[in-house]
Amino acid sequence: MPTLAPINLGLRALAMVVLLVAVAACSRTPATGVGNLGPGGGAPGSQQEFLVSVGDRVFFETDSSSLTSTATATLDKQAAWLNQYGNYRILIEGHADERGTREYNIALGARRASVVVNYLVSRGVSAQRITSKSFGKERPVAICNDISCWSQNRRAVTVVQ
Amino acid sequence: MMLFNRRTALKLGLATGATLAASRAASALVEVNVSGGNFQPLPIAIPDFASSDPAFGQEIAGIVRNNLQRSGLFLPLDPASLPIQVGDVAATPDFNSWRQINVDALVMGQVERGGQIQSSVRVWDTQQAAQVVGKQYSTDPNSSRRVAHIISDAIYESLAGGSGYFDTRVVYVSESGPKANRVKRLAIMDQDGANSQYLTEGRTLALTPRFSPNNDLVTYMNFDDGNPQVYLLQLSTGQQRRLGSFGAMTFAPRFSPDGGRIAFSVEASGATNIYSIAVAGGQPTQLTSGGAIDTGPSYSPDGSRIIFESDRGGSPQLYMMAAGGGQAQRISFGEGSYSTPVWAPKGDLIAFTRQSGGQFSIGIMNPDGSGERLLYTSFHAEGPSWAPNGRVIMFFQDPGGNDGPRLKSVDIWGRNVLTIPTETFASDPAWSGLRA
Repeated sequence: MPTLAPINLGLRALAMVVLLVAVAACSRTPATGVGNLGPGGGAPGSQQEFLVSVGDRVFFETDSSSLTSTATATLDKQAAWLNQYGNYRILIEGHADERGTREYNIALGARRASVVVNYLVSRGVSAQRITSKSFGKERPVAICNDISCWSQNRRAVTVVQ
Repeated sequence: MMLFNRRTALKLGLATGATLAASRAASALVEVNVSGGNFQPLPIAIPDFASSDPAFGQEIAGIVRNNLQRSGLFLPLDPASLPIQVGDVAATPDFNSWRQINVDALVMGQVERGGQIQSSVRVWDTQQAAQVVGKQYSTDPNSSRRVAHIISDAIYESLAGGSGYFDTRVVYVSESGPKANRVKRLAIMDQDGANSQYLTEGRTLALTPRFSPNNDLVTYMNFDDGNPQVYLLQLSTGQQRRLGSFGAMTFAPRFSPDGGRIAFSVEASGATNIYSIAVAGGQPTQLTSGGAIDTGPSYSPDGSRIIFESDRGGSPQLYMMAAGGGQAQRISFGEGSYSTPVWAPKGDLIAFTRQSGGQFSIGIMNPDGSGERLLYTSFHAEGPSWAPNGRVIMFFQDPGGNDGPRLKSVDIWGRNVLTIPTETFASDPAWSGLRA
């Protein structure tokens, strides 16, 4: 339907604006942050330090729950930090992008969370401290219709609490 | 391909209906023929229904016209263009005058609202000068829309054959708010989008509702506490409870055709397998095993088999197994992946979501995997649900971005794509059976 094209373009522009707002808002909220922001703060042992200096999330390839080398590097840092600060409980949130069906993505998010839990445990983090939860595709952080967003949504987030 | 071909007047057996005395038992020639690409909807004349409250008679006739028009099988004529504006259910029509304006199918109705709603309707074949069907109904005074839906079903059945699907409801997920933090509540409405009501408050994510065969229970997935779990909601009482406590995450619930069991997925340590459990309680039975994702179970209408999706071979595909578990046979082999299989009410087809080439499609295939046809393709379409007569499929379509999903329907010939009006974004439609 060609007549709809201008409307779609408008929505895409709106979506980009919303994305920027979401990113800006999220960076102040550890539980839903975009993470891996590089140096810049947080007292030693604080949730802010974990978010900013360690990085709270890892990303996955499409329909995959295998850890990339970047992901294992992040999880090594997470494990070291979590082993140093043993007072925190840990929730691993597994997420999928929107390019799958709802129930399958619930299961995929769970599988991703499980892979992260197993890796952290293999690096010495006590399984007793860790719980996990899948959100499937229901809680994206980046909103657009291409891979630049989907690749940010295929994630497992380590929430220290 | 002649899919409908009715040559004899049909006897209707609706429990609430009583057959009016027919002027004569007719062998009607008026019928709806669906034949491939050259199908033409059947023109049908439906004057306003007679009533001591003319606005009420107009309203009921309007709902009937809308239902028949939305089916894609009928073309209700503009009531203002008809030789009479208000029908007379007691009189035999002047068939010649209707034939002269090329009206073959004519509906005359009457409706009165008192302690109960009394309604009667006759469908006439003007070529044969004969009644196709005559029915009368009495219903609860608060069910005026249902009266119109029941009458619509009677007209549909008499001319298109099979059973109707208008006196049905749809439970779905109402979505509101920004996509990154969207509120998802269960809601229920008539199949045409009217009478929408919320079933859950929206504090937690509620997803993937399904009706029980008697339409009174809804099973769904609730993110109430910790990991999502399967819940049961009774519509008549509003009471709900968790299906059970199995420790891990449970989701993707579906009733067995006798309503006695629920098949669902259990996730543990990253592996997702299918179990079933009696609705009354007890221990679940494990139906699949292994480290893959097995989900989306759907019972065959005879209860003997379950179709489900699994990524045990790499990408998600459709597999068939006995309802008690055991060896599963893969039935989907096209490019891309397949998910959300749903067995058709008559058992003759499986509806599914297929993902390939960056697009999502709603399709149907035979239960052995042959005869695949894609009915609707777009950037994102998902989650088919069958109308109880097996001729229409409802699903949701999402344009992506920060926009949201809408409910759509398409017939099994891939025609007549409709958007079902909802106040909010909407997903996960589940169609009820015909109401008792």
